[in-house]
Amino acid sequence: MMKQMVLQRIAIGFATLMVVSVIVFVMTSWLPGDVASIILGQAATPETLAALRAELGTDQPLIIQYFSWLGNMATGDLGISKAGGATISSLIESRIGNTMMMAGLVALVSIPISIALGLYAAMHPGTWLDRLVTFGTLSTISVPEFFIATVLVLILAVNLHWLPSTTYLTGDETTWQFLKAIAMPLFTLVIVVSAQMIRMTRAGILNVMNSPYIEMAILKGVPRKRIILRHAFFNAIGPIVNVIALNLAYLVSGVVIVETIFSYPGLAKLMIDAVQTRDLPLVQACAMIFCGTYVVLIILADVASILSNPRLRQPK
Amino acid sequence: MTEETNKEEEVIARLDAFAELPDAPPKRRLKLSWVGKVSVAVVVFWLVIVAIGPSIAPFHEMDMEGDDSFLDAYSGEYGTFYLGTDYIGRDTFSRILFGARNTIGISLLATLLAYLMGITLGILAAVKGGWIDMGISRVNDAILALPTIMLGLIVIAAFGSSILVLILTAAVIYATSVFRIARALGQDIMVQDFVEAAQARGEGIWWVIRAEVLPNAAMPLATDFGLRLVFVVLFISSLSFLGLGIQPPASDWGSMVRENLQGLTYGSYAAIWPACAIASFTIAINLIVDDISAKSGGSLAKKMV
Repeated sequence: MMKQMVLQRIAIGFATLMVVSVIVFVMTSWLPGDVASIILGQAATPETLAALRAELGTDQPLIIQYFSWLGNMATGDLGISKAGGATISSLIESRIGNTMMMAGLVALVSIPISIALGLYAAMHPGTWLDRLVTFGTLSTISVPEFFIATVLVLILAVNLHWLPSTTYLTGDETTWQFLKAIAMPLFTLVIVVSAQMIRMTRAGILNVMNSPYIEMAILKGVPRKRIILRHAFFNAIGPIVNVIALNLAYLVSGVVIVETIFSYPGLAKLMIDAVQTRDLPLVQACAMIFCGTYVVLIILADVASILSNPRLRQPK
Repeated sequence: MTEETNKEEEVIARLDAFAELPDAPPKRRLKLSWVGKVSVAVVVFWLVIVAIGPSIAPFHEMDMEGDDSFLDAYSGEYGTFYLGTDYIGRDTFSRILFGARNTIGISLLATLLAYLMGITLGILAAVKGGWIDMGISRVNDAILALPTIMLGLIVIAAFGSSILVLILTAAVIYATSVFRIARALGQDIMVQDFVEAAQARGEGIWWVIRAEVLPNAAMPLATDFGLRLVFVVLFISSLSFLGLGIQPPASDWGSMVRENLQGLTYGSYAAIWPACAIASFTIAINLIVDDISAKSGGSLAKKMV
């Protein structure tokens, strides 16, 4: 039962990835105009056009182009960037580490903070601290990521001069310099992601608190703190793991904004630059990486909530 | 005279007695907390600015009146700059008034379009069921499986950025979540006794939708409209912030933040004001929605969180 459900989720995830690849490919191939004539511009002659079309493969039917594109992508051959002429895989390789590291650090900092604050707020509902947390997180998720970033720059970089407002990474800085350089984007992302996670953790625990067995524990006279830590928390782990995976997926959109503001040399910045110069092969590759990560994390969230449900462990 | 008043009072008393019965229809009057009331005032304020902003602005959004960029608020020979000037010497205050129309106006249009599409398809799927439901739902799930900003970036990379592209993209993206809610609500309502009764009476499908399904789905959908509008405002201003949304020289809150970001290091607040404008609007809507759902808390309202 459980194995079947997990396998089913993974199959759905794989199917979603295929649909995603079709969407990405069709959207970016279905252009008004011909790529070859855009590249050649004024210099186009019928011969050079035909030659370039054959080289790019755009003289083939769309479906064949799609499968050759998919095949190339699966084997790691992502093509050549239109802008610089560098291979896309080398461009991505130089950036993806930075983005992964940022995402990892954000997760490392925000998960414990969020669970602690969410638990605390759930343990003391209605107190001023709970209200502060609720109001603060609601406000944070209602504003754009760049608002948080702008305010942080104003306070930490302009007024207090604690941190630089843009990220320069040379590669040979000390750990302390490095941490200082990435602190601003890190803070921004931690705030954005934690707000969502705190809300969902709090809601998840309060939701468990409504169940009959908790009422039983209350009637038995168990103190509220003990109820939450011993009874509610373990049953809320499933939803909380689900929340964590979902929010790491939400990081995708946060990363796009934050890397742009702080000129952080990551994959999202690469993609935005590619969108601005309309470097479509590069956009395709980056979009597939981001969407793929997103889909995988959503599936993980799903699987986590299945695994944490003991009712699914035994076949009915 | 007195007899009549007595009679009237008696009738009213009897009606009140009905209202006290346990199965009396709930009172529809909304009571907001003071936070909710302030938030309503903020939202109404911005909607008024959307309507009249450009006509009360002291300068035109594209006028470069000041001599200098990134000035603080001052009153000079050209007039009064309440919030100072931006990076090329335009009046920040006027640009915020003009920008309301772009940021909120375009988002409102996109949300309305998303609702039109989402509700039509959602209720159609719920009422018709079968392969129509299957088909629309699968396409919907595929779009929902992608991060919204990625979809926006892909579309803009392919088609370039224009106001029409922005509205259509946002509308299609957010129609997917409206569709899911409308479909769930529709399915819920379709199995209620009063719908069955109407169908048994021989009412047509459109009559059932208009007279039974829509009125019952209206309140939860209205709260959801607020949330969806917030998402669209955030989506469009994020794209504008990335330089991929509403194009200069038109003023828009997202791109105003981007343009004036460098000014922060000189101590200029030109990037902060438009950011605060967005924040005040979106936070206010969320607080209203929060207030309403805390007060009503029905099973339908819970579905949307």
